[in-house]
Amino acid sequence: MHSLSKGKPTSARKTVVVAMSGGVDSSLSAYLLKEKGYNVIGITLKLWDYKDVGGDLFKDGRCCSVESMNDARHICGQISSPHYVFDLKEEFKKKVIENFVNEYEKGRTPNPCIVCNTEIKWKILWEKAKKLGADFIATGHYATIEYDNRRKRYLLLKGKDPTRDQSYALWGLSQENLAVTLFPLGELTKKRTRELAYKYNLKTASKKESQEICFIPDDDYPRFIREWEKGQGTGVKEGPIYNLMGERIGTHKGIPFYTIGQRRGLDIAFGKPLYVLKIEPEKNALWVGEDKDLLKKTFYVSNLSWISIQNLEDKLECEIKIRYSHKPKKGEISRLTERNVLVKFESPERAITPGQSAVFYRGDEVLGGGIIDYVED
Amino acid sequence: MRKVYLDHSATTPVHPEVLEAMLPYYKEKFGNPSSIHEYGKVAKVALEEAREKVAKLFNCSPYEIYFTSGGTESDNLAIKGVAFANKKKGKHIIISSVEHHAVLESCKFLKKEGYEITYLPVDQYGFVDPFDLKKNIKDDTILVSIMHVNNETGTIQPIEELVRIAKEKGVYFHTDAVQSAGKIPIDVGKLPVDLASISAHKIYGPKGVGAIYIRKGTRIIPLSHGGHHERSRRAGTENIPGIVGLGEAVEMVLKDMDKHNKHLKNLTETFFKKLKETVKDIQLNGHPEKRIPSTLNISFKGVEGESIILSLDMKGVAVASGSACTSGSLEPSHVLSAMRIEPAVAQSSIRFSFGRENVIDDVDYTLSVLPEIIERLRSMSPIYAQSKK
Repeated sequence: MHSLSKGKPTSARKTVVVAMSGGVDSSLSAYLLKEKGYNVIGITLKLWDYKDVGGDLFKDGRCCSVESMNDARHICGQISSPHYVFDLKEEFKKKVIENFVNEYEKGRTPNPCIVCNTEIKWKILWEKAKKLGADFIATGHYATIEYDNRRKRYLLLKGKDPTRDQSYALWGLSQENLAVTLFPLGELTKKRTRELAYKYNLKTASKKESQEICFIPDDDYPRFIREWEKGQGTGVKEGPIYNLMGERIGTHKGIPFYTIGQRRGLDIAFGKPLYVLKIEPEKNALWVGEDKDLLKKTFYVSNLSWISIQNLEDKLECEIKIRYSHKPKKGEISRLTERNVLVKFESPERAITPGQSAVFYRGDEVLGGGIIDYVED
Repeated sequence: MRKVYLDHSATTPVHPEVLEAMLPYYKEKFGNPSSIHEYGKVAKVALEEAREKVAKLFNCSPYEIYFTSGGTESDNLAIKGVAFANKKKGKHIIISSVEHHAVLESCKFLKKEGYEITYLPVDQYGFVDPFDLKKNIKDDTILVSIMHVNNETGTIQPIEELVRIAKEKGVYFHTDAVQSAGKIPIDVGKLPVDLASISAHKIYGPKGVGAIYIRKGTRIIPLSHGGHHERSRRAGTENIPGIVGLGEAVEMVLKDMDKHNKHLKNLTETFFKKLKETVKDIQLNGHPEKRIPSTLNISFKGVEGESIILSLDMKGVAVASGSACTSGSLEPSHVLSAMRIEPAVAQSSIRFSFGRENVIDDVDYTLSVLPEIIERLRSMSPIYAQSKK
């Protein structure tokens, strides 16, 4: 049935659930699918309350605010589709927020959106969507899905707009997920999305971009972690800062507040700027050094998920992307176990960060991805 | 697609006659009832006529009726108004654990202000045990608030005995009568509550208007201050078209209450009987007989209520879970929880609330789509599959 290479059957009356944040991307996605003849159901997820996450109550345009739900509902009114809100606060707290805080406590830097995609959107939302009779799930991500007849696999490809590509956040999608997923914006640029949204008179056309982490409305993640820990009755402890010679040269405010490559918040006077090189939660210690010390080549990746290949048999040349804003760089990945690979960049890269996702590309095609565990000195 | 509205406990359509009665007060009779001139007089007459009509609902004096913006405001005024006015006597308030949020949240607010709130438990039907009330009334108890008909289950609380106990102890009694108004009599001669709240849009009147009965002599202070409207108990220029609509709606529901109750009883009984024949493993929540004839709260074992509501919506049938809310909260209803219905069963419950414009074809149409939906959802439910092993 999925023999065509691009997209999925567009036969009328197939039902698609569109995850709608109330932003322009998902609004246009819903509109375009409706135009194509799909039976569209808009769903907005309620993932958190302001009272739980703190921050500025009065800023709008945030996803999960009442205005956002109303915007999504308004768009569904425009395209005569039903719109419902699913309250997944408990699941989001357990799967995403707690993971986020735990990772920072372990001295790692998480990607909560990636966890949310696999654990919430393509798991719980999809389960609920099926109950509504949905054949597909759609989001406003800038990425493309193709079916490769030869390999008999669904491929995840970069979005056509190189500045917007969101395939990095989607490496966790399984073949089963991809088979039922539609990305209506994959072929569009962000600019074109806005143009079309204006053209179709979508209320959300001029809405500004959402922030990096939806549940931290003020973008102040140290504030979030501090308040969260307080709420949980745990706490963040100060600890030593060492230089590469092993000398203690300062005191940090608690390891969750630091990430690899960070310069701010070290409060140490030194001839050259200092950066966080390594975080050692066992000793509650930070190691700092100069910018050049951040350059590393070799690291280990776990929690693997493969997309265009079934498994990594031995080793493979590919391009590797190590954070959302990173441009993929050449390297080699080699199999260690079923669940672990060793990655070697051709040339050193700055601030390879445990907890972040590493995504493996061959051109536009996502081979798979995983989470950076450990970086070799 | 046929559209069937079965959510009359959330709100009702404005009856055409009610709307007709309201319209002149948006147009040529637009006056402010506080004005001295002819325009003001016309509005004032309408205001007082509406008050008389609403007084008939309670069989009370028109001077004991105060217009508000709806059930929530009436509940707020009753609870906080009495609490603030009587704080010298005491700061203890008793309510049931199945009250509407307007009552619950008002009490939560008062708790922060230093009041003490006692929540009375209920039995499996949602009934408060009079003995529990008796033993919880203390010297500093100033108010008891227990709803007349529960909005989620339609169960009628036998409040006569509860009112008697409160009266004996000299404690004010408020009842949220939003769901009982127009469905069962609320004669304050026979049922001597001190305060009662009603809302227009639950009885085919407009939204944004309601009333409160306050027995003469009740110590209460206003929550909004301004002019001398509503005898200084509720400042603000009166919503005359809305109030006229409320008066008209009350008159209408009183006039043919028995006839419509018979009609509603026929609809809900037919619906439940046929539903039981076609869908297994369902349970009626609340009391099987002591209920208003319009509402059925039914649990469908092994299925999330939310999925049923959305699936029915896509077939044109509007129903609800506990109370009207689009935020899709999945917390089990506090009412069903208080009735000690286990969370999984509570989450599988749906409220069907019929209204006077429903016909038997609506029942048939709903029954033509509902069993299929339940069967489909159950086939996807691991919980249900497990329970069948």
